[in-house]
Amino acid sequence: MTPSGVDRGGDGARFAELRAAAVALLAAMAAGSLLIILAGASPLEVWRTLVARTFGDAYGAGQVVFRATPLVLTGLAVAVPLRAGLFNIGAEGQMIAAAMCCAVVGAALPAATPALLALPVAMAAAAVAGGAVGAATGALRAYRGAHEVIVAILLNAIIAGVALWLGNQWLFVGEATRTASVVEGARFAELGITGSSASSSVVVALVAAAAVGWLQTRSTIGFRWRMIGGGPDAALAAGISVARDRVSAMAAAGALAGLAGAHFVLGHKHAFEEGLGRGVGFLGVAVALLAQGRAAAIVVSAVLFAALSQGGLGVAELVPKELVDVLQAVVVLVAAATLGRTTSVGGGAR
Amino acid sequence: MMDAVAAVVAFVAALATVTFVEMVVRITVPYLLAALGGAITERAGLVDLALEAKLLFGAFTAAAIAHDTGSIALAIAGAAVAGAAVGAVQALWAIRLGADQIVTGVALNLAAYGLTRYLLQVMYGQGSNSPRIDGIGAKVWSSPLTWLALVLTAVAIVMIARTRLGLRVRAVGERPDATAAAGVSVAGTRLAAVLVGSAIAGVGGAQLSLVVNGFVAEMSSGRGYVALAAVIMGGWRPAWVALVCLGFGAAEAVQVRMQSAGTGLPPELVRLLPYLLALVLLATLRGRGRAPAALGRGA
Amino acid sequence: MSAALVMRASKRFGDRDALVDARLEVAAGTVHAVVGENGAGKSTLLKIVYGLVRADRGQLAIGQRCDLARHGVAAAQALGVGMVHQHGMLVPTLTLAENAALGHEPVRRGLLDLAAARRDLARAAARLEQSLDPDACAGALSVGEQQRAEIVMVVARAQKLLILDEPTALLAPGEVDRLLALLRRIAGDGCAVVLVSHKLDEVAEVADAITVLRAGRTVAELARGVATREVARAMVGGEPPPTGAPPPLPPADAAVVLMVRGLAVHDLSGAATLRPGAGSAGGLRQVSFEVRAGEVVGIAGVEGNGQRELVQAVVGLVPAAAGRITLGGVDMTHATVAARRAAGLAHVAEDRHHHGLVLDATVADNVMLGRLDEVARGLTIDRTRVRTLAERALADLDVRPADPSLAARALSGGNQQKLVVARELGRAAVRAVVAAQPTRGVDLAAQARIHDRLRAAAAAGAAVLVISADLDELFALCHRVAVLHRGAIAGELAGDALRAADARATLGAWMVGAA
Repeated sequence: MTPSGVDRGGDGARFAELRAAAVALLAAMAAGSLLIILAGASPLEVWRTLVARTFGDAYGAGQVVFRATPLVLTGLAVAVPLRAGLFNIGAEGQMIAAAMCCAVVGAALPAATPALLALPVAMAAAAVAGGAVGAATGALRAYRGAHEVIVAILLNAIIAGVALWLGNQWLFVGEATRTASVVEGARFAELGITGSSASSSVVVALVAAAAVGWLQTRSTIGFRWRMIGGGPDAALAAGISVARDRVSAMAAAGALAGLAGAHFVLGHKHAFEEGLGRGVGFLGVAVALLAQGRAAAIVVSAVLFAALSQGGLGVAELVPKELVDVLQAVVVLVAAATLGRTTSVGGGAR
Repeated sequence: MMDAVAAVVAFVAALATVTFVEMVVRITVPYLLAALGGAITERAGLVDLALEAKLLFGAFTAAAIAHDTGSIALAIAGAAVAGAAVGAVQALWAIRLGADQIVTGVALNLAAYGLTRYLLQVMYGQGSNSPRIDGIGAKVWSSPLTWLALVLTAVAIVMIARTRLGLRVRAVGERPDATAAAGVSVAGTRLAAVLVGSAIAGVGGAQLSLVVNGFVAEMSSGRGYVALAAVIMGGWRPAWVALVCLGFGAAEAVQVRMQSAGTGLPPELVRLLPYLLALVLLATLRGRGRAPAALGRGA
Repeated sequence: MSAALVMRASKRFGDRDALVDARLEVAAGTVHAVVGENGAGKSTLLKIVYGLVRADRGQLAIGQRCDLARHGVAAAQALGVGMVHQHGMLVPTLTLAENAALGHEPVRRGLLDLAAARRDLARAAARLEQSLDPDACAGALSVGEQQRAEIVMVVARAQKLLILDEPTALLAPGEVDRLLALLRRIAGDGCAVVLVSHKLDEVAEVADAITVLRAGRTVAELARGVATREVARAMVGGEPPPTGAPPPLPPADAAVVLMVRGLAVHDLSGAATLRPGAGSAGGLRQVSFEVRAGEVVGIAGVEGNGQRELVQAVVGLVPAAAGRITLGGVDMTHATVAARRAAGLAHVAEDRHHHGLVLDATVADNVMLGRLDEVARGLTIDRTRVRTLAERALADLDVRPADPSLAARALSGGNQQKLVVARELGRAAVRAVVAAQPTRGVDLAAQARIHDRLRAAAAAGAAVLVISADLDELFALCHRVAVLHRGAIAGELAGDALRAADARATLGAWMVGAA
């Protein structure tokens, strides 16, 4: 087995990765066509409608941007630990904790707070809350040897329950399962693409992708993440604190997932709602794997999955919209097989 | 203070009833079978994160067969086959394609969530529930699954410790190179272990849908992950794993009882009891034993 | 005399020729040695015989003609072939009886018949006059015990041909004699024994015939009584590099750089968990020594007697249970790995694949590993500096190919090890070196380079600690040699006593606790 996410460099390797991604997509389309036939519809018509309802008009394209924004962030939240040999299935919980914290802080700010102050403060609250959950997951793995996948799944359930309790007990206003709205200053402006929900939070996602790209290739911490993923024992012997950098990778991941929560609160709902962003954390896994953990590729991969889920609504009259969920899983599954030897997690000094 | 103590005593006393014991048994069965299956798979050296998928496909298949045929026996057999089918994909990916076992497991779980929902729509035109079936319902002592679970527990314990396959599974999970050098097929042994383990986990899924007389989307609700936690805490030894599962079953039963008894604790938090228990145990205990040395290391 | 084995074989791994029409003929009832440098193809050749590796082309006859395309372990076993591997092939968590049964389990009424397995193993042991406990957990036994148990198991089934791959690599001199006597006895019973080795003295002592491989080809087939020097020349294809002598002795008043006092470390092998309560002798107890600037001190011993614990505690990978470690007079007992490295400690790790290198990362990345402080500008990595460092490291020990962008995995074992040594010893201000099995599994040329580099480090004033199972290596490098046995120092030789003719015997006796 070769450990995770280490740059092999070379055009050959890059070509192999591209080919693997293409195979994953083709396999997903083949599996999807089978399921469409099973449901008694015509694959050709479904695929055609899917493209038409996404990139075919301005509204569809705007919705794709809107849906891609959090996917870039949760994709990054999976990619950063993946390179460090950790599998972050906890973006879902990290995002919920962050969204709640972000909504509370955003609503507590004085009404007249200018955007230049309110937005960063609310986003920082989200990043810190998400980062704390990520760090806790990483610490349980690094210092207690607890399997990070199981811990994260348990934390996802626990955080959802606690958020609901906090909401019901104190934070939800009126009859709705929704917190008070954040102040005007703490809202991302809508981009105004013919009624779509796309907002300026997409800028945050792009900046985050650029920052992660820099961290992965140019920074000392990115180098350490790569080494603890590629060979934890060798990293340890070379004086790298593997435990500390496992925590730092998971904390960074949590912060990124937290920003996805901020996108929903500050850029869309303007409050925390029960069920907000559901599934986006898991979808980040598919986004990151298809992109093989590379920051730039994650943007492309996120757009693709965003188009799939937006298109899923568009084809709902033809096939059950759950089709899209299956396709996502197939992409992950095929990517796992074709990338078997380049991205693997969980090996070494457990 | 005295009131609180009295309340706790009264609550504990109220637990010691036949219905409570029945509830514990009913809740334990899916955990138990999933975890035993997981223990067998992991002893052969494959990380089993696909337990959730095995439970879910097992539950769906059992419900669909019971709906069409009305036969509980066929439903249970179908669940075992469904579990084994998931295991076959898992084995193909891990053994033949050299795919990462953690990623594969999570992908299979995602596929199970999506595919069962999709099939609900296609087969019954409903998004989240199957039609009502004549399942087992609340019966415990006259449920074939209760006794089957007991038998399978014994089978798993004896198989690992005292059979040819068990010896080979133990060897292959520890030193695949040495096992191959002894003339034993590593891939064949692993495939056998995964198929047996996955079939057992699939039967656990049958319990989920047959006791509530229908399939509900995502009804496994994380039990597969909790079961894997039980495998780790039980030190990969079937008997200990079974005991840990009994503990989880009891915790969940207490939680259900606490909600219906109205203890004044917020229901949103009471529901989290099994998850919290698993998390605390994972974080504090190092488990009862060491993991198979070759766990997760490809073929 | 009839032939037990006649073969020719070719095999490629990727774009590398492992065997090029290599030839091997073994007569029945003899001990036959196959010698050659690391990477010469010895192991591959015999793995083909045993069916673990499939040849691309060739012929194979084991008593009868075999079909190479269908040859496998089961077929080889059926023909009476058995193999004892270099690192042993016992499953540590199973008992000896279970290990013996694996692959041909006796079954009664659907269940394992462990009583029969126990009985069979005890009978096989008695026939070779060996004593062993069938219910002992394999992992709880010493390396020598495991190996003898494995030979008993293999010989019980293989009556025609017994293959041993580097069987003496992990044994003390006394244990080696015991093993060689056992092999002669097995050959005397009519079973051919093939011994893969690179230790020519042992080969000369026991072998009736010798086949020499070089770069995948059979280059010589020699009979008993050929001079060792002759065999060595055939192995390397010219004059072998001189073995060398220790660097000049530092002055008696040279400062103590590395000092270890009363060091105790818990067992790392896991043997204790396999047999709880058995009072495992693992770990390290009460070890004290010091290394002066410019001095090379060797630690000899049979593997598993506390060497790993000693190395890992000194470099900071495991905590000391008791005792003190100082570096340049500063207490480092509880310091992190990073702090010790910053204080000038270099570490050539025992296992380059796990502790030395990240195999999928590039050569440049691997040079950076552990030298991040030299290339960091704040949070950023200075890429020009990385390139310079990598090129310097590659040139220092002539690592080939000298391409910093290549994955470390693509280098041969010898070049990987040279890379580790170059990285560690090339750091600025190295004050102490811990080199664990620094030349294990590398060819003679690389070994000579690495030894020269270690001597140069000592000559430049570093305190060098060499841990090795290979006494020849220690003789070629060290001013003093201490022996670890059961986690404690059993004895030490220095100066004339280390150069004396009986030094090897004395050290060997300490290694098995006989003195």
